[in-house]
Amino acid sequence: MPFRKPILAALICWPLALPAQEVTTATLDNGMQIVVIEDHRAPVAVHMVWYRTGSADEPVGRSGVAHFLEHLLFKATDDMEAGEFSRVVAENGGTDNAFTSYDYTAYYQRVAADRLELMMQMEADRMNDLRLTPEDIATERQVILEERSQRVDSDPSAIAREQMRAALWLNHRYGTPVIGWRHEMEALDMEDVLQTYDLWYSPNNAILVVAGDVDPAAVIAMAERHYGPLPAEPDLPPRIRAQEPPQLAARRVIYEDPRVAQPYLLRSYVAPARRTGDQKQAAALLTLARILGGSSFTSVLAEALTFDSEIALFTGADYDGVALDQGTFSLSVVPRPGVSLAEAEAAMDAALARFLEEGVDSGQLERIRVELAAAEIYAQDRIEELANRYGAALATGLTVADVKAWPDLLQSVTAEDVMAAAHALLDPRQSVTLWVSSGEETTP
Amino acid sequence: MIRLLLALTLILGAAAARAEIAIQEVVSPGGIRAWLVEEHSLPFTALEISFRGGANLDREGKRGSVYLMTGLLEEGAGDRDARAFQAAREGLGAVFRFSATDDSVSISASLLTETRDEAAALLHQALVAPRFDPDAVERVRGQVLAGLAHDAQDPRMIAWNALDALAFPDHPYGSPIEGTPESVAALTREDLLQAHRDALVGGRVHVAAVGDITAEELGRLLDDLLAGLPADGPPLPERVEPAFAGGVTVIDYPTPQAVAVFGQRGIARDDPDWFAAFVLDHILGGGGFESRLMTEIRERRGLTYGIGTGLVPLEFGATWVGSVASSNATMAEAIAVTRDIWADVAAHGVTEEELRAAKTYLTGEYALRFDGNAQIARILVAMQILGLPTSYVTERNALVEAVTMEDIRRVAAELMDPDRLTFVIVGRPEGLESGQGAGDAEESAPVSGDRPPAELPAAAPGDQG
Repeated sequence: MPFRKPILAALICWPLALPAQEVTTATLDNGMQIVVIEDHRAPVAVHMVWYRTGSADEPVGRSGVAHFLEHLLFKATDDMEAGEFSRVVAENGGTDNAFTSYDYTAYYQRVAADRLELMMQMEADRMNDLRLTPEDIATERQVILEERSQRVDSDPSAIAREQMRAALWLNHRYGTPVIGWRHEMEALDMEDVLQTYDLWYSPNNAILVVAGDVDPAAVIAMAERHYGPLPAEPDLPPRIRAQEPPQLAARRVIYEDPRVAQPYLLRSYVAPARRTGDQKQAAALLTLARILGGSSFTSVLAEALTFDSEIALFTGADYDGVALDQGTFSLSVVPRPGVSLAEAEAAMDAALARFLEEGVDSGQLERIRVELAAAEIYAQDRIEELANRYGAALATGLTVADVKAWPDLLQSVTAEDVMAAAHALLDPRQSVTLWVSSGEETTP
Repeated sequence: MIRLLLALTLILGAAAARAEIAIQEVVSPGGIRAWLVEEHSLPFTALEISFRGGANLDREGKRGSVYLMTGLLEEGAGDRDARAFQAAREGLGAVFRFSATDDSVSISASLLTETRDEAAALLHQALVAPRFDPDAVERVRGQVLAGLAHDAQDPRMIAWNALDALAFPDHPYGSPIEGTPESVAALTREDLLQAHRDALVGGRVHVAAVGDITAEELGRLLDDLLAGLPADGPPLPERVEPAFAGGVTVIDYPTPQAVAVFGQRGIARDDPDWFAAFVLDHILGGGGFESRLMTEIRERRGLTYGIGTGLVPLEFGATWVGSVASSNATMAEAIAVTRDIWADVAAHGVTEEELRAAKTYLTGEYALRFDGNAQIARILVAMQILGLPTSYVTERNALVEAVTMEDIRRVAAELMDPDRLTFVIVGRPEGLESGQGAGDAEESAPVSGDRPPAELPAAAPGDQG
């Protein structure tokens, strides 16, 4: 039974007035895109450069090279010695790091706002002028292999996720781990790294995001000075990746590992991503994820599997719609002791079937709207999160206008939109169901 | 305004940033003290509430009771069961996070201005009238037991728990706050009511608010929010000296990459040498990429993805701990280098250049912590718990600057104890066995703390230096 309680949302005059977010954009002559987000509450600036390249853009057989290169960007350039970049950031009281994903690679520093220009100077330097040595390659390759050992091989859940993604994507490079398969990582060499660097690291493939206590005109002028002189890459290739064929068969992945203490199941579907000018379906999918598994108390799976029956300790749902090609939608169930994964999966499927039949509880939808609007206000308090939001969006084909439109789109999602998205999504043939256990479970 | 007025002075090319923040000390009509920073540009208030005591207040044989009790505060209160409570919260757009640590039970709340009074009334119910419904107790107990089962298979948690047990054999800090499967299974509703009475004590509360609220509004809100809590609670534990004896303990575990954690005595947060030790730790292993350990073990040798250390000055015992992961084949080398560096710094201190760079970083970074209402509220409560004045935010960088080479040399020599640097390794490290190492020194227990964050360095900003 859907959970129906008097809603307190009636107390609120919605929508809340969202604070005006000051965002300025510009593009340099060499094609580098600039986004400036103002937040003058504290004298802090976040400086990020996002490259429109990630692990899904790597050559076949060279998995991990995008991430390897990201590590190596902290080595020497023509102007800086190895490690100097981070040292200078630290000496100025700042923090820096970098991350690689399927669709992008980003470098960021968080510094006092008056240190911004120094960050630009150094970041511009390493966009073109890296000077790698064979020792850098050998030592840092060991580091990324240790990173793989730590993040993946030591963590049964991470291994299982890796195996599941490999089964989810029939043809797309999203099925290959960002960190790389070990045997391919072991073979990465200087040439692989430099090819990636020369091909993708250029201003016309980069997005500069600056957020914080800054003046947009001054930021743009500074960017002109430091990034402006860098030449555009004339042969920048289009990002053409192998696309998915129609998925016609439901898949199962069974991962057994004695280190698994708590069995669980995860089902992932290939789902449409946010598209520029066309984010309605994605907004409906995000709302659907909240309805099915956004709360461990009031969402559909929690109601059915935790409260109306004693099947699950935890349930959840998640939609990742920020992707250049396609996104994913996931459901998860952690069964109670004594409940098998088969029983848990059957209960999850029954709850989904009932949801598809009965539709959306209007009180729940209204509460989710309230929560999403509130979350938008709370997000304004976290400037780095805003910067990430713009960087990831622009690196995956969205525009500033799309990012700005998103919160209102979420508010406008109707029950009909959600059900249409649910019917299109919840086709087992475009999914993988993963069982993770210690091996004592029987297979289906 | 949360405006941090930065007086930037260039000293030897370094940025010395000074944070000034308008902290009001508020006393409610009912006498509750709180710190407030008004910030009216966003229509919400971040409220941080922390009760001293935490899991230290578990009664004899009831380990895990405060932790389980805290997990149940969001599971129904007053006339609302768990689902009704959560639906009410969702409808108000409020966020409540309840957490227990060794030393505290904390609530982090975000309240929209538009629904602030209703949300505070709901939170008040959770604080004073949690229901502990039997079905909710069983549900959350199951979740806690699942977490314990997971930890029992997680090399990192196995290692930290073993190190804690070595350091604090006769103190709550020596065992996980979540309890053991046996103790958690045996907890009754009565135990949870007791834990609630023990841990949510009005006389032990610290509060900070940052956001769209005035002093007068905050005073009224707090009187309503905290009304009905007991004024006093059971005694807090004694301060203890940790029992790190040195040596290596290897716990066999089938994994290609071993995890090592290590520790020795630490230093109390109110010790006059705190800042010297804090700067020293930053140079040694707390400072990320720039630290000695990271430079030698990751950058020069490629033996790990990361190594870090941190001072853990818990209220009743202080440790100095670190962790590193490395392949079974290379762990022995990673540990040997760690030991060498520990001994070298103890004997020779650090270089002028390292001290200068550390001070520049630590003083520059301090102001950057104060960005965001929720973050500032957390820092302000941490300051209150440490007994620091509101003026600390402007004085703190001078305390860092005042650390001299001589201070570092003295504290390194007195505090660093390579012979008692105690390692626990989980995995199958080649060439390492339990007992091996420099652990033969006879007993004499210095000071130390407990539960370090899973990933070091990771103490919450504001908790420490």
